[in-house]
Amino acid sequence: MSAKRLQSGGSAIDRSRPLSFSFDGHTVTGFAGDTIASALLANDVAVVGRSFKYHRPRGIWGAGVEEPNALVDIGGATPTTPNTRATTEAAREGLVARSVNATPSAATDRNAFLDRFSRFIPAAFYYKTFMWPDWHMFEPRIRAMAGLGTVDAGWTPKQPSAQVNHHCDVLVVGAGPAGLAAARLASEAGFSTMLVDDQPRAGGSLAHRDGEIDGRSAAAFVEETVAALLAAGHPVLQSTTAFGIYDHHLVGLNQRHGDDRPDTLWRVRPRHIVLATGAIERPLPFANNDLPGIMSADAALSYLRRHAVLVGRRIVVATNNDSAYEVASALAAAGAEVTLVDSRAREIPGAPAKVRVVSGRRIASARGTMRVEGVTLDDGTRLDADSVAVSGGWTPTVHLFCQARGKLAWNEARAAFLPGDPVKGISVAGAAAGAVSLSDVFATAAKAVPGEPKGTVPRSTGSEATAGIVAAWPSRGAHGRVWIDYQNDVTAKDVELAARENFVSVEHLKRYTTLGMATDQGKTSNLAGLALMADITGRSVPEVGTTTYRPPFTPVPLASFTGSRRGELMAPVRRLPLENVHRGDSGVFQEYGGWLRPAYYGGGEADRSIQDEALRARQSVALFDGSTLGKIEVIGPDAAAFVDFIYYNTMSTLKPGRCRYGFMLAENGVVFDDGILVRLDEHRFIVSCSSSHVAAVHARLEEWRQDRFGRAAVYIHNATAEMATLTVSGPNARKLLETVGLGLSLDDADLPHMAMGQGIHDGEPVRVARVSFTGDRSYEISIRADRAEPLWARLREAGKAFDAVLIGLEALMILRAEKGYIVIGKDTDGTTLPHDLGVEGPRAKRQNEFVGRRSLFTEEASRGDRLQFVGLAVPEGEAPLDTGAHAILRDGGNLRSQGFVTSSYMSPALGRPIALGLIRRGAARHGESVEIQHLGKVRTATIAAPCALDPAGDRLHA
Amino acid sequence: MQLFPCPFCGPRDETEFHYGGDAGNARPDGADVPIERWANYLHMRGNPKGVAREVWVHMNCSEFFVMERDTVTHEVLSSTALDGGHAQ
Ligand SMILES: [Zn+2]
Repeated sequence: MSAKRLQSGGSAIDRSRPLSFSFDGHTVTGFAGDTIASALLANDVAVVGRSFKYHRPRGIWGAGVEEPNALVDIGGATPTTPNTRATTEAAREGLVARSVNATPSAATDRNAFLDRFSRFIPAAFYYKTFMWPDWHMFEPRIRAMAGLGTVDAGWTPKQPSAQVNHHCDVLVVGAGPAGLAAARLASEAGFSTMLVDDQPRAGGSLAHRDGEIDGRSAAAFVEETVAALLAAGHPVLQSTTAFGIYDHHLVGLNQRHGDDRPDTLWRVRPRHIVLATGAIERPLPFANNDLPGIMSADAALSYLRRHAVLVGRRIVVATNNDSAYEVASALAAAGAEVTLVDSRAREIPGAPAKVRVVSGRRIASARGTMRVEGVTLDDGTRLDADSVAVSGGWTPTVHLFCQARGKLAWNEARAAFLPGDPVKGISVAGAAAGAVSLSDVFATAAKAVPGEPKGTVPRSTGSEATAGIVAAWPSRGAHGRVWIDYQNDVTAKDVELAARENFVSVEHLKRYTTLGMATDQGKTSNLAGLALMADITGRSVPEVGTTTYRPPFTPVPLASFTGSRRGELMAPVRRLPLENVHRGDSGVFQEYGGWLRPAYYGGGEADRSIQDEALRARQSVALFDGSTLGKIEVIGPDAAAFVDFIYYNTMSTLKPGRCRYGFMLAENGVVFDDGILVRLDEHRFIVSCSSSHVAAVHARLEEWRQDRFGRAAVYIHNATAEMATLTVSGPNARKLLETVGLGLSLDDADLPHMAMGQGIHDGEPVRVARVSFTGDRSYEISIRADRAEPLWARLREAGKAFDAVLIGLEALMILRAEKGYIVIGKDTDGTTLPHDLGVEGPRAKRQNEFVGRRSLFTEEASRGDRLQFVGLAVPEGEAPLDTGAHAILRDGGNLRSQGFVTSSYMSPALGRPIALGLIRRGAARHGESVEIQHLGKVRTATIAAPCALDPAGDRLHA
Repeated sequence: MQLFPCPFCGPRDETEFHYGGDAGNARPDGADVPIERWANYLHMRGNPKGVAREVWVHMNCSEFFVMERDTVTHEVLSSTALDGGHAQ
């Protein structure tokens, strides 16, 4: 046994609540309040994972979010979550943890042999070696050997992650001494305040470092401050990581709950941000500095004080700075045999009790296989040790400051980058700002709170930490393998290789060696890597600079970002008011342009059902739910001038009670939408646009209204969702409606084709428009959406006498294609101009302004060889053409496209296939044959007029 | 996530807004507008580095307005209702 749980102590654990969980199949015991890492240490588990590339055994390094080694996949009662940091994840009864990149387990990994070949696989080895014939041939097997945790492909959330929006005056990130003091001062100054901290309990360094505040214990200060904040109504969130600062001070928080609940995402919009994010301890460079049992000195102290875990019996504490003295003293007091190796010879603190101090020496190498067994100093002295606690100095946690575009300033005395020029709305306090003693920490906290100070600044009344440090960076040509980035297996030699191959820019260094690119984003390693690069290239550390800091600070589960926005909540469909009625008729629903609509009815075989619907619609009468059609009202004194400007066709000449078909163009002349315009009276129109274009047309109308006509002249109201539109179409449409009674004359003299009448049904006003998208006599009846059901039922009832058929959208598509009626975006593309569709009149004749006008007179618009809208006929007995197939032109040995098929169906009324297309010069080529190629097969079609059924239009009036 | 001030609704998330083009890109009318002028109106954008005057629309209230903002720092400098708007 090396590490053990002490009989007493441990501020974080509750010994009355024991628990057990499994790690790599072994049972691990602990207490409530343990992290997975503290429980593993208490059970003397040294090897907790295998490294990314070389499968080196790795142990626990830290006690917080910076942990590079101790990643575990967590499962058990919940779906597996990969790459969880054992140092932040709460130990829970029944939890199942597995080490990452280890088969079958971290202790006995069958890929461990890779480490013996490590000298042959330096940085970029894989890319250089496996270039021929193709990296992708080798990639799957290499990826299987390298990597970290395993994604559970069957993962589904038990419940969606909650997402919370929050606003406050001051957000304080970090509940260490600086954050607690700042939050208390902000609260006392009257600011609404929020305090968040990524540890399970508040306190930060106060939870394990010495300190006395206002004459009382640090623990009392922590407890009272948190209680005061909560009492004043300020949220205090533990186990919550502020992972990013985004534009305009949006701060993202991810809150872990320590139980089965998914994490909660917070979007906080504070007026002011105080970053009291502390500092992260760095490793020391020596050969084999990655052996299990070698850990951060501060983490060793944290495990001792918080979890009553003594990490070893014979411990070497190695340091280049003052902060490790307190660690050595505490470990010795807890019963370990401690040797303190300080690389500095002078100006060092006095030796702590029971600690042997070796000064002016540093560790040259560590030895051991599955855990550290001892170290050799640079003078050859060998020390036995079952644990090595190292401190290479402190890196202020400036990630969030830099994400907010803060610039760093190198501080030689601290051997660290500190926040430079202040960023508006953000202040940095405590260790993150370079403060070391509690007095300094509180002074920076007082300055960090905006406005005049109102409360009482806490006072440090105990012993004070000192900041002495002499930098100890990795050096060139060191013997053995000195690890810099534990998580991505980057050594000092890899950095030297990068420099030799001229990847000397810090951004190139990162990408070439993968330094700092792992899930820990180099929190413990980046500075050592760039300091070594500075040394090799004869530059200073600030000359090398840092890479760009980007969110997230720690990995955030995608489920947090997703929240409830999955499936239909991510992309909601629009639904018909009569959806349930159609479902009662076995309507088969599909999404069309954002609307969920019946494709066909009856639940039979699709093709046969659709053909049957289309045929019967021509024979007697069809009922169709057209409620998705746009119904945008244009009202006001300038309404007529407005629709003239909006439409390609002149609309102001339309008489009240009449309808006209027209195009809307974009300013580049391209046909943007088509549809019917209804004039209700002098100053009131209804724009009936395509179902899927309602939002876009509405936005366009608003834009022109506000930009050109003014708010007082025109008013626009989108009534699409307010009204249902039920369509009755076919030779017997009028007869059917006459039996229903709509309170208006259906006589053709009173309601001719392209007229609109106002009626009443069951006390409810209805609009009856005689317009047709089928080519048959049709009536579109619009009624309040919530009153549509009785009318539909009445139409169904009346339809029985006429063998009326319900038709879905698929049959309607056949009916309109038989007539050569276009669907914008299907039969047209982003280059189709109105005259390409055979509508030349307005272009030739209109004298007043309209959207897209000038674009119809460009060189391009006037070309003679434009793609023009045509019908395409194939010989009887053949199958329909393939939609999207190209008409080809043989040009020597080359094939060139001369257009393509846009719509193609089997026409049950004609008993042959029909098709529509855009063909070069097509309008003048009716009767010509063209070759149509699809997937290598060539067929012949004859160019025809678009309208294949009833070209004279008699059926509209039949 | 930026916050844009709608002159009518106040500060709202940027996802509620659509970009409407450069402010002051006046539409030339007529079938005989010189083609270069029309092409400028239709296609050419300032895309300035720094202060930009742009038209935006707040999708929730449908109102168009002019916003001045810095394309480098993302600082919003002003937002103004169009003529006839009823900003409060
Ligand atoms: Zn608004």
